[in-house]
Amino acid sequence: MKFLPLVWCNLKRKKLRTSLTILSILVAFLLFGFLCALKQSLTVGVSMAGADRLIARHKISLIMLLPESYKARMQRIPGVAAAVHQTWFGGIYQDPKNFFASMPVEPAEFRAMFPEFVLPDEQVKAWETKRNGGIVGRVTAERFGWKIGDRIPIRSPIWQRAGGNDGWEFDLVGIFDGAKKGTDLSQFFFRYDYFDEARARGKGQVGWYTVRIENPENAAEIARTIDAEFANSPYETKTEPEGAFAQGFAQQVGDIGKMLIAILSAVFFTILLVAGNTMAQAVRERTEELGVLKAMGFTNELVLALVLAESMVITAAGGLAGLGLAWLVAANGSPAPSILPVFYLPPRDVLIGVGLVGALGLVAGLLPAVQAMRLQIAVALRRQG
Amino acid sequence: MSQSNEILVRVRDADKVFRRGSEEIHVLSGLNLEVPKGEFLALMGPSGSGKSTLLNLIGGLDRATRGTVEIGGERIDSMSDRQLAGWRARHIGLVFQFYNLLPVLTAERNVELPLLLTHLSKGERRQHVEAALKVVNLSHRARHYPRTLSGGEQQRTGIARAIVTDPTLLLCDEPTGDLDRKSGDEILSLLQALNREQGKTIIMVTHDPHASARATRTVHLDKGQLVTEPAP
Repeated sequence: MKFLPLVWCNLKRKKLRTSLTILSILVAFLLFGFLCALKQSLTVGVSMAGADRLIARHKISLIMLLPESYKARMQRIPGVAAAVHQTWFGGIYQDPKNFFASMPVEPAEFRAMFPEFVLPDEQVKAWETKRNGGIVGRVTAERFGWKIGDRIPIRSPIWQRAGGNDGWEFDLVGIFDGAKKGTDLSQFFFRYDYFDEARARGKGQVGWYTVRIENPENAAEIARTIDAEFANSPYETKTEPEGAFAQGFAQQVGDIGKMLIAILSAVFFTILLVAGNTMAQAVRERTEELGVLKAMGFTNELVLALVLAESMVITAAGGLAGLGLAWLVAANGSPAPSILPVFYLPPRDVLIGVGLVGALGLVAGLLPAVQAMRLQIAVALRRQG
Repeated sequence: MSQSNEILVRVRDADKVFRRGSEEIHVLSGLNLEVPKGEFLALMGPSGSGKSTLLNLIGGLDRATRGTVEIGGERIDSMSDRQLAGWRARHIGLVFQFYNLLPVLTAERNVELPLLLTHLSKGERRQHVEAALKVVNLSHRARHYPRTLSGGEQQRTGIARAIVTDPTLLLCDEPTGDLDRKSGDEILSLLQALNREQGKTIIMVTHDPHASARATRTVHLDKGQLVTEPAP
């Protein structure tokens, strides 16, 4: 600790250079944090997926419908505990940019299948009794300033009401929260019976099924059984674990993990060069001073540690500030709630970021530090004469 | 205080050879030197005669190619780098021609540097620094940065830094070489006082006969060998 003032004074030597280096590192780690939050947002379905849940959809495409009657047939398959359906509604509130996921569901079965959506009892009762009742996640409710009792007009670009009207009205009866961090609180759910009765076409058809199985170890076998059950019909199914389904959905954007690694590798390599160059220059400029310190009795190891400490302080200042800023940005909410409903920086990624800060400081400072350590006193002092 | 008969520095058959490509440059050749404790010795000689190299060997800043260097009874030529660093911290005070103060530290912080290698507490370090600055009459400039000090003041700071750990031996490499006559005289008087009043053993490299006149003994080097060395 007694050497810290010495490290600090050396950093103040070239204030502009140190500040610019810190700023570069800050931007790199801000980008890191932002991209991690983005990845989390795009892959949250994978991490939130239930191990005991399967998704059964039309074999050709997710946008093709399945008969509502499949539910009873699925529930008869050995190993299946329950099956619920959802249908993509594509709700728009007032303006096309105010888009959010909305689906008609059967309230009681839906709640049993997805306990991660937490709704107070009185709101559950209200939903069960009101045919045009809908519930919404806290994020969307706050986004639009909705409160319970409001009548919410929603347009659907897919589903028209009988008579050719695309405008639907729902009474907001509940606002749900998440049982765990990462639960998508942007969605809107309403009753299937109301939807099916009022829609102009596709009656008796649904989007996809979520199937709860009794033993997750039998997931693959049960998925095959479900698909076999509906094989050679006009509505063949493709069944897979919920996690795999979410992964496939996310990968429509591309392999997010690989993209993230590619971008961050380029950024960190550049930053490594910037920080390494700063440290190399800093050491080169004060060769004589390092020689004087060694002449006084500073050991080679202590000189190595001092240079590394400088490097670590620079990267820590920039890196931790960047991570902090990224955390603040993410905590402030999604920059695009319609397409990135869940947006936060997971603590795991913060820890990885802190690890990267340390690694960057170490690697950037290592070469100059070793040079400083190997510096011969007589040679260093002779440079001046 | 006066010098004793006890030999503090003993250099025996010291050779120092530098290599430049395939060429060998013999800077010191079979050099022998003894310096009694409490002596103020001036090392004189033309450029390239090996004065600074000899000073480096005595201070443990460099190693002899051959021969032995014994300080206070300890063979420093056989010490490891780590041992040598610790030994320098305990026994050697260095004064440089160009002061070699760290520009980012105030005078008092510069003086404190060697004390960072000790186990002294912050308060004890401060007391030592104050005492050293008082010896060189620079207490009033303690919080000034080197760039705001005159050459003489910077060298006095350098001397305070050299004596703050109360070293066994003070090595000065042309301490007045970058100073005007008046400032140089002040520095020489200070070194003389340290020698006479505190019994510090001082070895000073200089080109200047005026400076060497202040020493108790002067030896001359030429082509890596002592030209004259009267018996101590």
